Amino acid sequence: MSKVIEGLKYSESHEWVKVEGNVAFIGVSDFAQKEMGDITYVDMPEEGDDVLAGEEFGALESVKAASDLISPVSGTVVLVNAALEDAPEAINEDAYANWIIKVEMSLPSELDKLMDAAAYKAFIGE
Amino acid sequence: MKYYDKLIFELSKEGRCGYSLPANRFPQASELPAGLCRKAPLPLPEVSEPDVVRHYNNLSQMNFGVDTGFYPLGSCTMKYNPKINEEMAALPGFAALHPLMPKELTQGANKVYEEMEKCLGAITGMARFTLDPCAGAHGELTGLMIMRQYHLSRGDMGRTKVIVPDSAHGTNPASAAVCGLEVVEVKSLENGRVDVEALKPLLDSSVAGMMMTNPNTLGLFETQIKEISALVHGVGGLMYYDGANMNPLMGVVRPGDMGFDIMHLNLHKTFSTPHGGGGPGSGPVGVQAYLADCLPAIKVSGFHGNFGVILRAYAYILSLGKQNLRKVGEYSVLSANYIKECLKDVYKLPIEGVCKHEFVFDGLIDDGAHDDVPGATTLDVAKRLLDYGFHAPTIYFPLLFHQALMIEPTETESKETIDAFIEVMRKIAAEAAQDPMILHDAPHNTPISRPDETTAARNPILKYQDTL
Repeated sequence: MSKVIEGLKYSESHEWVKVEGNVAFIGVSDFAQKEMGDITYVDMPEEGDDVLAGEEFGALESVKAASDLISPVSGTVVLVNAALEDAPEAINEDAYANWIIKVEMSLPSELDKLMDAAAYKAFIGE
Repeated sequence: MKYYDKLIFELSKEGRCGYSLPANRFPQASELPAGLCRKAPLPLPEVSEPDVVRHYNNLSQMNFGVDTGFYPLGSCTMKYNPKINEEMAALPGFAALHPLMPKELTQGANKVYEEMEKCLGAITGMARFTLDPCAGAHGELTGLMIMRQYHLSRGDMGRTKVIVPDSAHGTNPASAAVCGLEVVEVKSLENGRVDVEALKPLLDSSVAGMMMTNPNTLGLFETQIKEISALVHGVGGLMYYDGANMNPLMGVVRPGDMGFDIMHLNLHKTFSTPHGGGGPGSGPVGVQAYLADCLPAIKVSGFHGNFGVILRAYAYILSLGKQNLRKVGEYSVLSANYIKECLKDVYKLPIEGVCKHEFVFDGLIDDGAHDDVPGATTLDVAKRLLDYGFHAPTIYFPLLFHQALMIEPTETESKETIDAFIEVMRKIAAEAAQDPMILHDAPHNTPISRPDETTAARNPILKYQDTL
């Protein structure tokens, strides 16, 4: 049973978004973390890079697989979670406490296309 | 198996000597500039001849290969490598060749190149080949550069996209990206074949071409291939054939007749030359006659291509002959279907029907999960196989299924070997259903059980010095 947190928005590619004003924190869901297995590397963009909704902004690597990270929103990366460079396993320990990038959104209406917790639970079949 | 993990440096004893060099006839003062001279002698291991012989023999015992046992590694075509290939490659006229020899002395080698090109053309339906590329991915890159060159030579500058099915080998999108082309993925249908309806909207004048493997990575023949080729050609794109799965078609169907314009072969798979461990390979690229001018170099150079591999593959083709090459295709398909049908009541078969040379299971039907004990996964099955003396199949590829286990027996295994494998696979399924812990803890009989892959990836030790 994967954890799904109320109040976050979710994408079909298993990223979550936590919205604070015009800023979005983006991470991957507990379901994604379990599917990937032990994460060994997080490939992240640079601060100041632009991201586009539906486009890749980085990648997760695990012993089992490599998987692109797809941005749920468009905007500019204002901060990356540098702690993940040395401790990618933090995502396995708590996928929701460890966001990957913080984005200043350029088109907040894109959030409407994402799923809420109930819809995401149904999407992953739990 | 005796466990042996020493490095030759660990055997070194100061002053021990395995070979005496004659006295240096040249003055001590080197003619090299002082800055380029080594200040201390090389730290080479000092070992005796028996030390060296035993060291490498012990290491070789730790290995598993097609000469040791059955190796059903899907998509790798680990067929037996006939020893006549080695005998031919060891003929002094070939073995002692040097790339700088005058051409009067290399006519035999040139003839092998020329005849090999004709043989491959006859087998694939392509007009011309370059034998230069040194492996499959090298062939793909060469092929895509030919594709790009063709479009550019016609002044057709806007073709930037390459269409790749979601079941493709990972090298396909990688080669396209290296070639500066944009990769567009096309989905597969439930039956594992390319979705032609999903392909149609992707086709326009920006398409450079489409890359396909046929049979695809699920071991399934793309039954709509002629329609797909016609659609891609209709918008001016070219069809690229990834020859990794050529084995089942050998002597039966030709890529050139399916509408492919460019292709590569993996001589180290289909044509029985040794591989594994990263090489050496050979990935000749063939083209239709109208693309011959776009081939990299028609001229043979002593520095191009893996000649020894080409030679072995040539020996393979000649020793089988036209009639028996067809049996390669037929028997590899028969072997795969036999295993599939004998095991599909205990392993999940996601797509029913006749496969070609390989097929994919999606894990166990009964994985034995109960209470707090998790079920046995495909990884566990693969590890348990090692206990029974078989090499593991390809696992977790293709990505279309979560517990993918891809089996390719090839045509060179006897019915007895294949039956023994089936029996073991059934035994493992029964073990899993009864007590998955047996599988979780496997392998039990190998020198190393399960390496800590996570720590190895997070904190890799890459040099001997790192272990000190």
